[in-house]
Amino acid sequence: MEVDCRVISRGKGRGPVLVSTEPLSFLGGVDPGTGRVIDQKHPLHGRSMKGKVLLIPGGKGSTVGSYVIFQMAKNETAPAAIICLNAEPIIATGAIMAGIPMVDRPSEDLLGLLEDSMEVEVDAEEGKIRF
Amino acid sequence: MCGVGKVYLDRTEERMYDGEFGETVQQSMEILVALGDIYGAERMVDISSAQVSGVSYKTIGDAGLEYLEDLRARGAGVKVASTLNPAGMDLQRWREMGFSEEFASRQIRIVEAYSAMDVMNTCTCTPYLIGNVPLRGSHVAWSESSAVSYANSVLGARTNREGGPGALAAAICGKTPEYGYHLQENRRATLRVDVECELSGSDYGALGYITGKIAGEGVPYFTFNGHPSADDLKALGAAMASSGAVALYHVDGVTPEYMEASPDEAGESITVDAGDILEAREELSTTDDDPDLICLGCPHCSLDEIRRIASFLRKNKPACDLWVCTSAAIGSAASRMGYTDVIEAAGGMVVSDTCMVVAPVEDLGYEVLGVDSAKAANYVPGMCGLDAVYDDWMNLIRP
Repeated sequence: MEVDCRVISRGKGRGPVLVSTEPLSFLGGVDPGTGRVIDQKHPLHGRSMKGKVLLIPGGKGSTVGSYVIFQMAKNETAPAAIICLNAEPIIATGAIMAGIPMVDRPSEDLLGLLEDSMEVEVDAEEGKIRF
Repeated sequence: MCGVGKVYLDRTEERMYDGEFGETVQQSMEILVALGDIYGAERMVDISSAQVSGVSYKTIGDAGLEYLEDLRARGAGVKVASTLNPAGMDLQRWREMGFSEEFASRQIRIVEAYSAMDVMNTCTCTPYLIGNVPLRGSHVAWSESSAVSYANSVLGARTNREGGPGALAAAICGKTPEYGYHLQENRRATLRVDVECELSGSDYGALGYITGKIAGEGVPYFTFNGHPSADDLKALGAAMASSGAVALYHVDGVTPEYMEASPDEAGESITVDAGDILEAREELSTTDDDPDLICLGCPHCSLDEIRRIASFLRKNKPACDLWVCTSAAIGSAASRMGYTDVIEAAGGMVVSDTCMVVAPVEDLGYEVLGVDSAKAANYVPGMCGLDAVYDDWMNLIRP
């Protein structure tokens, strides 16, 4: 299947999808050393986003979160691509700083279509999500 | 370009976005386009200056340090006059003030990375006092919330509340997406505030604290009994930007855009009296204990504020440590005027480049900070884990 979306950070990435139903703060919420979610209240607590396609409603928290996403890319713990339902500035800026492909506003209800660990390709050149 | 809801780019901007001006310009333009898309901007506007936050090692940590050094190594440089927000310590006197070598070496690397990109390492939240002075109607990209408020409200320039990386991207491109406070229709009053009592000193911070909580992201329009000074407005704006997210306000008969603000169409209105001010002043203190450090200069002191403090200290000595925070530029003028000597003879210190909010004061052994800034009183308990006593600086020095 192919779903249209808006390009936020250009590039292409693929991997198993990690679905988050809650927004996430990268500052304090994710360990840049391992790529694991360390926010105890977050549904993804303990899960790693390294090499995954992160599907998330949006971001929250401090703008320092953008730098954390960059640090994850340096440490090779970053997601392979990010899909936001509606992009917000912290994750968008961080994805571009880190060179992670990112899209938002998918034209279909991805939370209903994608299940955890399904293989997904994010084409943030053409603005397509394929699975 | 593909996808929906894309900001329009002219020929030059397209070329920047497509990498013809190098990798760092391309990446910065991508950030600006993404921000423009998210906020629904229709196009880019040229900016005349930038003011960049994300400087204190305490705030941005190793992640920020790594990013800035990476950007510097890739040869990034700014296109417009750009000044830096306060750092986490006095860049000259950190050792005698007790900052650790570990903290200092990282803080210095951050400032050096910015300097190499030509962001002026003036390290102040009041750049408008030392030469970064945007003209009325000009577009800028500033990020320090109190400076954003001053630039929009007192100077009549136009800026949103930028995040650190967004302001740096704008500085590198000389552009920012046109949305929010760059557009006239978003600069009209949304809340009328009629102040029924006379105000002085820390009353302005208390008023800002009250108003910011009610206004949120709105645009307050004040009517005063008296005539506030520039320093009063600096304190008022800083307070509203911390208790709320106010980036612009108007003062009847005082600020440059009050005639275009249409206060009669503001949806909401409040009156503030002496009792409200007193209540807010009490709420801003978290303890009845005496401070062990009085910290003035949030936002950074003007030369005239330092003059008044020095004049008072000729006859009064503080019972505890005293920092008077300002920029290196104003600090050097204060030294030339002899104010620094007077303050130091009384046991105080003129501290440059930093403040009680972004410096790790909690690691220096202090427990209770005395502040005359509602912004500082608002942030110190959360960011430093210390208690705050809020009062006029004269009362803090001579309790």
